[in-house]
Amino acid sequence: MSDPRANDLSTYSLRLGDDALIAAQRTAEWIAAAPQLEEDVALGNIGLDQLGQARSLLQYAGTVEGAGRSEDDLAYFRDEREFLNLQLCELPNGDFAQTIAKLLYFATYQHLLYEELRGGTDETLAGVAGKAVKEVAYHVDHATQWVLRLGDGTDESHRRMQAGLDAMWPYTAELFASDELVQRLDVAVDPSTLEEEWLRRVNQVIDESTCERPTSAYQHSGGRDGRHTEHFGYLLAELQHVARSHPGASW
Amino acid sequence: MLGVMDSFQATIDADGRIEPRDAMPEGYRKTLIRQIAQHAHSEIIGMQPEGNWISRAPSLRRKAILMAKVQDEAGHGLYLYAAAETLGVDRADLLDLLHAGKQKYSSIFNYPTLTWADIGAIGWLVDGAAIVNQVPLCRCSYGPYARAMVRVCKEESFHQRQGFEILHTLCNGTPAQKEMAQDALNRWWWPSLMMFGPPDASSTHSEQSMAWGIKRHSNDELRQRFVDMTVPQADVLGIRVPDDELTYDEATGRYSFTQPDFAELYEVVKGNGPCNQERLAHRVKAHEDGAWVREAAAAYAEKQAKKMQGSAA
Repeated sequence: MSDPRANDLSTYSLRLGDDALIAAQRTAEWIAAAPQLEEDVALGNIGLDQLGQARSLLQYAGTVEGAGRSEDDLAYFRDEREFLNLQLCELPNGDFAQTIAKLLYFATYQHLLYEELRGGTDETLAGVAGKAVKEVAYHVDHATQWVLRLGDGTDESHRRMQAGLDAMWPYTAELFASDELVQRLDVAVDPSTLEEEWLRRVNQVIDESTCERPTSAYQHSGGRDGRHTEHFGYLLAELQHVARSHPGASW
Repeated sequence: MLGVMDSFQATIDADGRIEPRDAMPEGYRKTLIRQIAQHAHSEIIGMQPEGNWISRAPSLRRKAILMAKVQDEAGHGLYLYAAAETLGVDRADLLDLLHAGKQKYSSIFNYPTLTWADIGAIGWLVDGAAIVNQVPLCRCSYGPYARAMVRVCKEESFHQRQGFEILHTLCNGTPAQKEMAQDALNRWWWPSLMMFGPPDASSTHSEQSMAWGIKRHSNDELRQRFVDMTVPQADVLGIRVPDDELTYDEATGRYSFTQPDFAELYEVVKGNGPCNQERLAHRVKAHEDGAWVREAAAAYAEKQAKKMQGSAA
């Protein structure tokens, strides 16, 4: 690709698309395994929203790239080091409290991001964000309700909710890491500008839930550069194996 | 003056609807609870063989469709448990009976989904058979069940089409894809025929259910309808129904076909199918793993209710 701006825009769309795709893959693992039937439906809904966002964003990344790659080429035929999602999205679900902590952190971030993007000058990104912001508002609400219930439910649920919030916390600094690309690309949102409001919203929920605000000093990073956790290779192997076993086939 | 049971019978005879507050014979109520619960259990156990392929669906479009489908099944489970609750039972108790092996679910879900084509075959054959079974239930004498079935059947017909479409794509794809489709048909054909239950001569619940307007057609009649509907679709796909005796009778416009091995059906119903243990164990594990979450939700709701009372006082 010769146009550096197109290159940036494609990479930026890929980052957001990969976040949504990998989040959807994990969310979907709950279907038929949730604590109650209503939750199978709710998490199914959330996963479908995330997958829908992923498809639009990957399609756009492929179009802007101009090399003829489809959403499926990008999802199924890239290797681990080429995926640009946040590590938070790829982490195993853990127990229900850990999944809910992950969703609270991620959906609150996505909500702030999409709110900014929907007013942006890139029509496609603004369109995707405009639709997604409504979906993600529901994800935030769903996660919030559960953090409150679990945090202020029983002793066991309080302990688990706290453990979930703590376990996911070291993966949150990466959400707000700025780099040259987001500073250079006019239509991108610099995620570092979202951090303060994110902290305010997340802390409000944690405080109300009677849990403690997590305090881990160590923070992981690397997802945006294609450096992932050990879990990620297995997720990708499962996601890609049928498509890769039949290269060139249509489904 | 007419007795309450006379009014029940008069409603049945007039092909009317029995509603939750109407008097009904205990046998009618029990039969409906058993049938609706079994149906609800089938929806939620049925999420497993298909859910098994969500993570591996070979395109993002197929993944989205499959997620929506499995989610629909959870929704069907919800309506059906709600319909059963109108008869004075509790969803939690029905789930306990399922988990204890005291209530059944459709035996078809004890067969494994081994390749992507199985997702097509389940939609086409299993949902196809379910539609043949369930469309008459939209006219079932019990109102809440009949109304739930109207909604369920609409979604099932979408499921059936998406299954056919998966196989259609495979059958028009690479030789390996077409072989995958044929293999799926070979494995799912006989269990699908078993979905209509035992032959009429040995069906234990059928006669009374017909008299009560719960069941409208016999097992054998429904099985015949399914074969008549499905064989021409296999021809369109260009794959072969694995029955050497299958012949078309020009005079009646119906197919003559080999009956499935009902001894296998009885074994699977008894718990001796390929995935009986796994399906139930998975369900029980999800339920047990989720116990602390349900307890927390209940405890939280109670605390909130107390706070509301406190602030109202």
